[in-house]
Amino acid sequence: MQIQVSVSDGVPIYHQIISQVRYLIAAGRLQPGEELPPIRVLAEQLTVNPNTVARAYLELEHAGIVTKRHGSGTYVSEARSSISQREKTKILAKRVDALLAEARHLDVELNEVIKLLREREQVMNEEATK
Amino acid sequence: MKFPSPSSAEAVVSIANLSRRFGSKTVLNDVSLHVPRGGVFGLVGENGAGKTTLIKHILGLLRAELGSVRVFDLNPVSDPVSVLGRIGYLSEQPDLPGWMCVDELLRYSRAFYPKWDAAYAETLREQFGLNPTQRLSTLSKGQLAKAGLLTAQAHRPELLLLDEPSSGLDPLVRRDILEAVIRTVADEGRTVFFSSHLLEEIERVSDHIAMVHQGRIVLCGSLDEIKQQHRQFTLHFETAQAKAPIIAGALSISGNGKEWSVMCNGARNQLPEIAAGLGARVVDDRAPTLNEIFVAHAGTSISNQPS
Repeated sequence: MQIQVSVSDGVPIYHQIISQVRYLIAAGRLQPGEELPPIRVLAEQLTVNPNTVARAYLELEHAGIVTKRHGSGTYVSEARSSISQREKTKILAKRVDALLAEARHLDVELNEVIKLLREREQVMNEEATK
Repeated sequence: MKFPSPSSAEAVVSIANLSRRFGSKTVLNDVSLHVPRGGVFGLVGENGAGKTTLIKHILGLLRAELGSVRVFDLNPVSDPVSVLGRIGYLSEQPDLPGWMCVDELLRYSRAFYPKWDAAYAETLREQFGLNPTQRLSTLSKGQLAKAGLLTAQAHRPELLLLDEPSSGLDPLVRRDILEAVIRTVADEGRTVFFSSHLLEEIERVSDHIAMVHQGRIVLCGSLDEIKQQHRQFTLHFETAQAKAPIIAGALSISGNGKEWSVMCNGARNQLPEIAAGLGARVVDDRAPTLNEIFVAHAGTSISNQPS
């Protein structure tokens, strides 16, 4: 699992870990059932406080993205996340709004944005099958 | 592995209302802080802010003239043996006898610490790539720092105390030092207290921080909470403003013309309303870096370059 954290943009480190793990799962680079590195190993790899990694793992666990097995480790959940459709829409709507605002600023037509979304999905799929 | 919540744990170091003067200069001014067990406590401040003086009080090298210092609930000045035996200390310039070889240093240091772990010392020596027969006087600055770190760690101290450990060192040695910090807290929940003017390091590895500026603590608390409470807003005015807008509760306001940056501590929900009242709108709202937070509190910047 290769992730990078940076402290130059102000985003809390545990947030960066959470979003990158989510990305790796979405891109298929982390498969369901795959084990995440132990807290202390990832902490040393990233040179960050182990408590920070522990907190990121805990929040990923609360979100149902990973599962902790007692006396063993932390694994990517087998089941697709169980968040409701409404919850999913709510999470995505925020991102979509930001994207649309940016597109409007740059004078990019909605059709162009949709086309770009399709292209990016293609890229993500290709990365997943590599 | 357990990572106890530092807020609920007892304090390893408790400093209350500590003041210190050298001649007419006040070096520490009413400093109070508590270092919780099992975490990394980062002390931030520019050179000359009083960090080393504070650390010397924890080590019992200076007597508290005003206020009190307790370490493991003991007085480090009247009970130095019990306190120092449980601390591993690395100073900014490790003062090691240059005529000794690396393995002589290990045997010499071992005599001071009943809990010295020879096997662990050997593991660290290999890991740090230190040649046992090399004289200390011929070591590079980075190797000397590693030798100092080794002797500070090999008795598995309850409290690892590092005073500007990365000062003047290259990134690879700095990384070794940070890894040692991480290993220390990951192992058996021991505690690390380290001072640095490199805010990036502090932000990476600390649970708790204290910012010291001109002998005073200007901000102290859990790093997560501090990061969560502070927000940096950008306000956009329809017309250029000749002088900075006045915003109650803002820590700092900077900018010019139509756009101004405002750092807030806490009052993030009220800001859009306050801005609207001034005829401005919030065009950006982001988490500030620790450096920006420090600047807002101290009114001055810390150089991010190692000295």
